[in-house]
Amino acid sequence: MAYSEKLLEHYDNPRNVGAFEKGEGNVGTGLVGAPACGDVMKLQIKVGADGRIADAKFKTFGCGSAIASSSLATEWVKGKTLEEAEQIKNTEIAQHLSLPPVKIHCSVLAEDAIKAAIKDFREKQEGREKQSGKDKAAE
Amino acid sequence: MSGFNPQLEIKARQAHMNTQAHMTMTNSNHALENRPKLPVYLDYQATTPCDPRVVQAMLPYFTEKFGNPHSRNHSYGWDAEEAVEKARAEIAALIGADEKEIIFTSGATESNNLAIKGVAHFQKDRKNHIITVATEHKCVLDSCRHLELEGFQVTYLPVMQNGLIDLEQLKAAITDKTAIVSVMAVNNEIGVIQPIAEIGAICRARGVYFHTDAAQAVGKIPLDVNAMKIDLLSISGHKIYGPKGIGALYVRRKPRVRMEALIHGGGQERGFRSGTLPTPLCVGLGEACAIARKEMGAEAERLKVLRDRLYNGLKARLPDIYLNGDPDRRIPGNLNVSFAYVEGEGLMMGIKELAVSSGSACTSASLEPSYVLRALGVEEELAHTSLRLGLGRFSTEQDVDYAIEHIVQAVTRLREMSPLWEMAQEGIDIKSIEWAEH
Repeated sequence: MAYSEKLLEHYDNPRNVGAFEKGEGNVGTGLVGAPACGDVMKLQIKVGADGRIADAKFKTFGCGSAIASSSLATEWVKGKTLEEAEQIKNTEIAQHLSLPPVKIHCSVLAEDAIKAAIKDFREKQEGREKQSGKDKAAE
Repeated sequence: MSGFNPQLEIKARQAHMNTQAHMTMTNSNHALENRPKLPVYLDYQATTPCDPRVVQAMLPYFTEKFGNPHSRNHSYGWDAEEAVEKARAEIAALIGADEKEIIFTSGATESNNLAIKGVAHFQKDRKNHIITVATEHKCVLDSCRHLELEGFQVTYLPVMQNGLIDLEQLKAAITDKTAIVSVMAVNNEIGVIQPIAEIGAICRARGVYFHTDAAQAVGKIPLDVNAMKIDLLSISGHKIYGPKGIGALYVRRKPRVRMEALIHGGGQERGFRSGTLPTPLCVGLGEACAIARKEMGAEAERLKVLRDRLYNGLKARLPDIYLNGDPDRRIPGNLNVSFAYVEGEGLMMGIKELAVSSGSACTSASLEPSYVLRALGVEEELAHTSLRLGLGRFSTEQDVDYAIEHIVQAVTRLREMSPLWEMAQEGIDIKSIEWAEH
């Protein structure tokens, strides 16, 4: 497969590979894809007090396009608010990396991963708020 | 040819390929980065380079003895014909056949088409059933699909987890309408060797023609069409260090196999395959077969040692890797290995210094993972993680050690990036997770 320079760069030097500590607060985790399809992306966001994504990490089981798409996604979400990050489109990822047509679905999965991480963060946030609400009520 | 020392030629060829690889190794930070680097070739099942001796044998027939071998009236034709017939004899000798039973074709794809369609069409009024195997090469499977459209019935036998067919299933599948059974001798992806002699015996007892696609078997394992009761056998030139664009089909004469031609014209090759024979290519195939007949035993031993070195070297440093296909009933030059938790195309990108292929969906245009691995019952996620490593005549210990280093490095790096590896390390059962399919 003839890949673009940008894609190869992300593959050779992926950004933000890794995972946040298990108990770390303010982290949202998105896990999308399926091993049977050959594509699994785990994308994590750490949200600061200002509501902006302070840090992001990823791990991917997938081809070069999948790895590059998710690496790029972690780069792009940093510094954005949740609403801004939700606006990231797979077409932008695909265009930036010059993904061949047969690999466009990798960028779709990356967009899904971002949204899944945001959703997870919001759900946890709601859970925390409910919990602290209960705690207050119990006092 | 005086002064031509085959052993020196082979060593020179190995050294040349090593130098290319060496330049890759030592020049990675060098100013010479701009010159093209050749990867170490480990894809011998995809194709093989011509043996230098084969090329030497072919050369005179391009510009000096260029005559049409069917020209009966002058020495240009006679010389070409003599060379073709000598080649034919070598091909026959390699498989224990008679030279009159060898038909030249453009390659194994054509031979497979000719054998299956040719026999089916000849028999269609009395017998319209064909039996083949789910792991056959696409040219066999597609020829059968095509015959199904014409009204033939086809049985695609499954394989066991080791890649071999169950002989009882074959016996049960044969009916009195069965025209032909086609089972490849050696599988191109996983290298396993089917029980050819047993299949031949079963077919002979039931009066059914037995065809075998032997493209990956000829010159690698001993074949004897009489001992193994084979009626039709396909040969590929470029799989045995011969040129591309030439192959052959063995067609039994006693008892005579009746078959329709696919290509009509001047009636060459006993009417089975019209067209002027490409003399240099025929000579090349003949020479490749002659070399194989002499060197097959020693080469197999050498390759087995290299193959074991490669597999053991990988196993010693990487946990969770699996060999696909029977560990014993396989040709020495093939290893098909799944590296759990790491996807195949991603892995291949990380080992650009090696020329290999993968069973991953991502490397095929159709996004389907290897149908051969699926037929073995390899789970989809493992099929996506496979690499096919093929060793051959010019592979060296240096190649193997180089490959081990690079594969271990790439797999280790990708596992560190893999959420599946992370889960496995944490003791999570990946199969228990409900994945959000996309």
